[in-house]
Amino acid sequence: MRVGIVVFPGSNCDRDMYHVLADVFGLEVTYCWHEHNLPDDLDGIVLPGGFSYGDRLRAGAIAARSPVIADVKKMAQRSVPILGVCNGFQILVEAGLLPGALLKNDSLSFMCGWTELIVNSSRTPFTSKFSKGQRVPIPVANSEGRYYADADTLKEMERNDQIVFRYGDHVNGSSDKIAGVCNVEGNVVGMMPHPERAAEPEINPAGTGTTSLIFESLCGVAS
Amino acid sequence: MRCCKLSLEPGELENLKSRIGRMPTRTEMHIVAAEWSEHCSYKSSKMHLKKLPMKGPLVISEKGYDSGVLDAGNGYVITAHIESHNHPSAVEPYGGAATGVGGVIRDILSAGTRPIAILDGLRFGDISTDMHSRWLFKSAVSGIADYGNCLGIPTVGGEVEFDECYQNYALVDVAAVGFGKRADLVRNHAQKGDLVVLLGGMTGRDGIGGSQFASDSLESENRSAVQIPDPFIEKLIIEAVIEARRQNLIHAMKDLGGGGLSCAISETADALEIGMDVDVKMVHTREQDMNPEEIMTSESQERMLIITGQPELELLQNICKKFRISCSVIGHVTADRQMRIRRGQEILADIPAGVVANASLLDLPSKRPQYLDEMDKRVPEQINNYTEILERLLTSPNIASRAWVYNQYDHEVGIRTVVRPGLDASVLRLDNGRYLALTIDANPKHCHVNPRQGAAGCFEEACRNIVCVGARPAGMLDHLQFGSPENPEIFWTFLESLEGLAEYAKILEIPCIGGKVSLYNETPAGPIKPTPMIAILGLADKLFVAQKTSEGDSLIVLGDTKNEMGGSEYYEYIHKITGGTCPAVDSATSKKNMNAVLDIIDGGLVKSVHDCSKGGLAVAISELCMTSGIGCSTNLDDTPGDAPLDAMLFSESHSRYLLVVEPKNKDAIISLLKERRVFFGDAGRFGGKKMRIECKGSMIDLSVDKAQKGWSSSLGRLVHG
Repeated sequence: MRVGIVVFPGSNCDRDMYHVLADVFGLEVTYCWHEHNLPDDLDGIVLPGGFSYGDRLRAGAIAARSPVIADVKKMAQRSVPILGVCNGFQILVEAGLLPGALLKNDSLSFMCGWTELIVNSSRTPFTSKFSKGQRVPIPVANSEGRYYADADTLKEMERNDQIVFRYGDHVNGSSDKIAGVCNVEGNVVGMMPHPERAAEPEINPAGTGTTSLIFESLCGVAS
Repeated sequence: MRCCKLSLEPGELENLKSRIGRMPTRTEMHIVAAEWSEHCSYKSSKMHLKKLPMKGPLVISEKGYDSGVLDAGNGYVITAHIESHNHPSAVEPYGGAATGVGGVIRDILSAGTRPIAILDGLRFGDISTDMHSRWLFKSAVSGIADYGNCLGIPTVGGEVEFDECYQNYALVDVAAVGFGKRADLVRNHAQKGDLVVLLGGMTGRDGIGGSQFASDSLESENRSAVQIPDPFIEKLIIEAVIEARRQNLIHAMKDLGGGGLSCAISETADALEIGMDVDVKMVHTREQDMNPEEIMTSESQERMLIITGQPELELLQNICKKFRISCSVIGHVTADRQMRIRRGQEILADIPAGVVANASLLDLPSKRPQYLDEMDKRVPEQINNYTEILERLLTSPNIASRAWVYNQYDHEVGIRTVVRPGLDASVLRLDNGRYLALTIDANPKHCHVNPRQGAAGCFEEACRNIVCVGARPAGMLDHLQFGSPENPEIFWTFLESLEGLAEYAKILEIPCIGGKVSLYNETPAGPIKPTPMIAILGLADKLFVAQKTSEGDSLIVLGDTKNEMGGSEYYEYIHKITGGTCPAVDSATSKKNMNAVLDIIDGGLVKSVHDCSKGGLAVAISELCMTSGIGCSTNLDDTPGDAPLDAMLFSESHSRYLLVVEPKNKDAIISLLKERRVFFGDAGRFGGKKMRIECKGSMIDLSVDKAQKGWSSSLGRLVHG
């Protein structure tokens, strides 16, 4: 399975994601610079976390206008699994591939720490190995991570099974405690927490296991 | 003239004239004034810094490095450096603190290594009473968070302290650590005809005269001397430089910090024994009408000086194009060791680099300060119930949980962090399978009461922190922060602190791998307390992860508690007493206890180890209870020490450790400690919901939940009012 990690100026979780996909899960991984076309043969795409363009204007707003996004959109239409983590999620939202918006946390500051997710949908290529309602320990690190969508959009998302993860607790004021969403088709997933920071036992104070299912689900897509 | 005021002393101008045999030009005077400032030249401190041991089996020294280098084994190296940004942070705390991070990160990058961790040590006035101090604190934390987080370099540790001596002032110290392959270190070298390239942000009018600003007491707010942060450009520079290093395009490299181009050019030329011919017209500037003196002394951030060869230039330019950062060829290397600055054909300065880079060193007079004889001699009365006092200490600004600070820092990015902030030290995993423990520490309250013992004590405490996570101290960074060295009494405290550090470093065989001196930390209200800060890097082959304390675990207290209450939180915060006897380090005991603890950890005999420092045994025991959410029934009557009741509870004596032990391992630990002749005591057990600490017939009795709530929320409450 060949996965592309899209790198923007200011991406800073690209190397962590590479390590997890390549060294922990043994996938073939390639970095894709934002100004180049995406290779045609990718089986999956990850937009990693960071501060693309220094979060100027709004987090993800400038990166969403990068040349590579046109290819990401084409791949999305071809049902290629696409995961946006943290800044990657913000970019997918700004690019219009996912609904809603990400606003400043209600604490008005950056927050870094471990929390718990509850899986709400197991129909996506990144959650197929979970059961609905399963709890996942995971770290968050962001300052514009408060998911927002208006009441009608939320209803629509609920109806379409687009809410993928919720926080177990009120961590930052997100609408409906939403931590991750997908498109209507389910192949494009965005999430604020960082699964790549929880995929090895040594760096996961809660032990590993459940969090890795996000990547194991992706590996399962190929088989 | 719009440029900074000259701070060449009249004697220095004479000195310069005699060294170059003529009257210097205006440009030369500005260059030399920037480079001969205390901040850049270390002229007051340099001859004394030799006292610190700089060599050791793991130390790698190369010419022209701004950071220290340690051998991490298997062909890998660790680089480390410490910097402060005190004056700027006192005026503009957000930008001052942010650019403080940026500067030290570039020092790590200069060696060719990727920065992997940041630690910060912060000091402000009393936030419980002073709104301005609160603002300084809050803004400095935001500045560090926004800069470090954006770079994707985890801020894994640090410490914060509040004291009235920092009122209207701030100490912002940042240590940074890098990691890489030894073979990838930049071997600074250059030859005639090589090109001098300035890479990164534009040179502007920010930070002009910054090094002189930092070399004087803070009397007026000079905002134009404060640099403007841009972490996004810094991130691009990091990636561009690492790519250029990977392609072997860098002959030599130096970051631009204090003194700007004046400092970078003269110091690089001096270290590499070359000359440089630089044209200020080639420097990419933010404003068009900057004069040569402004260009030479601007401290605009996010800039690197790179020496490359003609054949490599195009490849370097391509990398810069990819990352969209500016890159100007500003001159070339010569063989004549001259620093030649021109504007087109017009030569503005032509002066030996060695003269610029080496100010005449001063041997300043010192005198034991009078304040030491005039300190408060009161002794607080012994009372029966210390429960309320412990409660107050746990919520005091200097002891309360630091989670409000470190939760704003991304301490996970890079996925190396295996022991996170909040414990005695943080631990990162390295690519060679080893572990790196990091901590940073200072204790100005102790240092004020006794500069020599206070400095050695803070060094020992930092080592204890490293030992608590199972690592051996491998190297030390020191940052010596004092008031004006021209005051002999202050200079005496500097020399005493240095002696204390040097003596402990020699006995424990911990080399100083880098450091910094920051003087003139004064406001019109007076100088700061002596604030030497120590960062320790420790290495471990095996990861020791503390386990949660559970019902039935025993507490063993290791080390002697003495009646050393000077500078303690109990004296200063509870009783407002500044005076008394400050804790002293006995190096032999320090070494013995440290080795015993490390062997106990290596033997897998202990669940967790905690250092006993601020607030003494009562606070250290409470911290163990609060972090695990469990009570205790302890009695200190059998713990070693012959001190009065309040000292047994709150004295900050050194070389003490708290061991949390499962009952089955207790005998093995006790026999090891007896064999090593280490003083220890069985202090009781954990369990229940109440923290009970008995001593000399008195009893502290406090609910864990209540204590935990106060301790964990206090700092946030103080900041938000």
